[in-house]
Amino acid sequence: MNITEKILATASDKKIVVSGEIVDANVDVLMTHDLTGPLAVEAFKKIGAKKVWDNQKVVVILDHQIPAESIKAAELHKTMRQFAKEQKLRLYDVGRGGVCHQVMPEQGYVTPGAVIVGSDSHTCTYGAFGAFSTGIGSTEAAAVMTTGKIWFKVPQAIKIVVNGQFNKYTTPKDLVLNIIGKLGVDGAIYKSTEFTGPTIHEMSIAGRMTLCNMAVEMGAKNGIIEPDNITKEYLQKRVKTLPDFAALKSDKDAQYAQTVEFDVSQMEPQIACPSSVDNVKPISEVGDVPVDQAFIGSCTNGRIEDLRLAAQILKGKKVKDGVRALIIPASQEVYKQALIEGLTEIFTDAGAVVCGAACGPCLGGHIGLLAAGETCISTSNRNFIGRMGSTQANVYLASPAVVAASAVTGKITDPTILEEKQ
Amino acid sequence: MESKINAPAIKFGNNIDTDVILPGKYLILVDPYELGKHALESLDTEFVNKAKGGVILVGGKNFGCGSSREQAPIALKYAGVKCVIAETFARIFYRNAINIGLPVIECSGVSDAVKTGDDIAVDLEIGKIQNLSDDKVLQGTILPLFVMEILTDGGLIENLRKRLEKK
Repeated sequence: MNITEKILATASDKKIVVSGEIVDANVDVLMTHDLTGPLAVEAFKKIGAKKVWDNQKVVVILDHQIPAESIKAAELHKTMRQFAKEQKLRLYDVGRGGVCHQVMPEQGYVTPGAVIVGSDSHTCTYGAFGAFSTGIGSTEAAAVMTTGKIWFKVPQAIKIVVNGQFNKYTTPKDLVLNIIGKLGVDGAIYKSTEFTGPTIHEMSIAGRMTLCNMAVEMGAKNGIIEPDNITKEYLQKRVKTLPDFAALKSDKDAQYAQTVEFDVSQMEPQIACPSSVDNVKPISEVGDVPVDQAFIGSCTNGRIEDLRLAAQILKGKKVKDGVRALIIPASQEVYKQALIEGLTEIFTDAGAVVCGAACGPCLGGHIGLLAAGETCISTSNRNFIGRMGSTQANVYLASPAVVAASAVTGKITDPTILEEKQ
Repeated sequence: MESKINAPAIKFGNNIDTDVILPGKYLILVDPYELGKHALESLDTEFVNKAKGGVILVGGKNFGCGSSREQAPIALKYAGVKCVIAETFARIFYRNAINIGLPVIECSGVSDAVKTGDDIAVDLEIGKIQNLSDDKVLQGTILPLFVMEILTDGGLIENLRKRLEKK
């Protein structure tokens, strides 16, 4: 079996599962947030359930419209606070958490081998720690709250083998954009994507999270990476008990629907051009694209490693006149670390605005929306029509290094070229 | 919910994402009819008027990709969509649609066989899709029995209530 099959077999009390089989899996953790949670609460009440199946396993994180940007959002937050109080759930309120997919592993809710579902499509991020995790809807979240179980069709798997060393300004974001560009936005539909190979074994947790986070952008059910010492190092100070994950590896004879290989050593920074995540080009082929806004943040690229990279480029420079640069740390912990390391000062001096930990403009619900005809270069994960505001705005997706360099020059820029010019 | 559906088709292309089905700025709305007023407005400002009397939505590959927002299928349902037929679906949208009682059926070849305005008859139980405008018949995927039951119960809430009562 491959790693995903092993986790689903254990979760459904079976010795073996095969792809295509439908299993009823026990859920280890359910996560919900302020935009999809209220519908789940309503459904939970309609089901007639009185108590969640296990109040230690349901986590509520307010992150999408925080601090409340409207009375309607404030009401939704109130609903979630009341529900968390009634059910005695862990709630990460404004100023206590941040973007759900960053907070979940930081606060110790993610362990290798766990089955984690969340009412957010980027729940697949936790595959970075060797968990099986996937997004579900609100009503399904209510059903999980009630029963602690969920049905899954065991997915076929795609093995993505990555070789080579990254160049100075190419990152896991460039890799995952390159992969999505090659496989397409439905290239992994209904499937599991397993990232492996020497480059992955050496990759930081931050990079692994970026990869698994975007698995859903090629339609994948989950993204997953075998847990190892890097996983252990990150988790041991965060989780109560770290399970023994020695057996959590794909067998040598594991089945894959497809195996694809990538090499990062010659890879240029990659850009996903409007309005599809698979419309990916190497930056040298993107041409002259002026930008109005540069956004660094989100569950894809709002970690301290991302901010360090951006600060390295922005240090001593100014954001180009006419460009708004938004920096949004993915969590309160990342925010504090950025302060301690002096990154916030670098960003502020450059003329960027540093906002509190939240989803920000990524989904076009809150701050930093775009007007018709405007362009944003963003480290987030989607560039769909209307995603970040006006349906006539354009969103380009890139790494934090490219977004920082583009903020300085006012057009989409390769950080290597910016460096050479200095 | 009826397993036989008959309505005119409105056709869209590949990769119709949940941001265009229902933009993020409307996720603070809670009334399903309010959500319905904004269904697919990013692609067609007249969609809501066209869908009012009941329509079958036909999509290409990867219908409903992107965000997990259940408000997307809710908006379609309350705008008047009776069923969505697509070559393939994004998995979260697919489950969400079933869970809120909006029939979805996967059917290879549907985007070539149907054009906007064609009169379509669907029999969910046997996965049969008939284009009444030219009498073409297509075979869609038949849902597993327990999933079909969720749909016939009108969604997961009713289905789970029934199952819990039986226990």
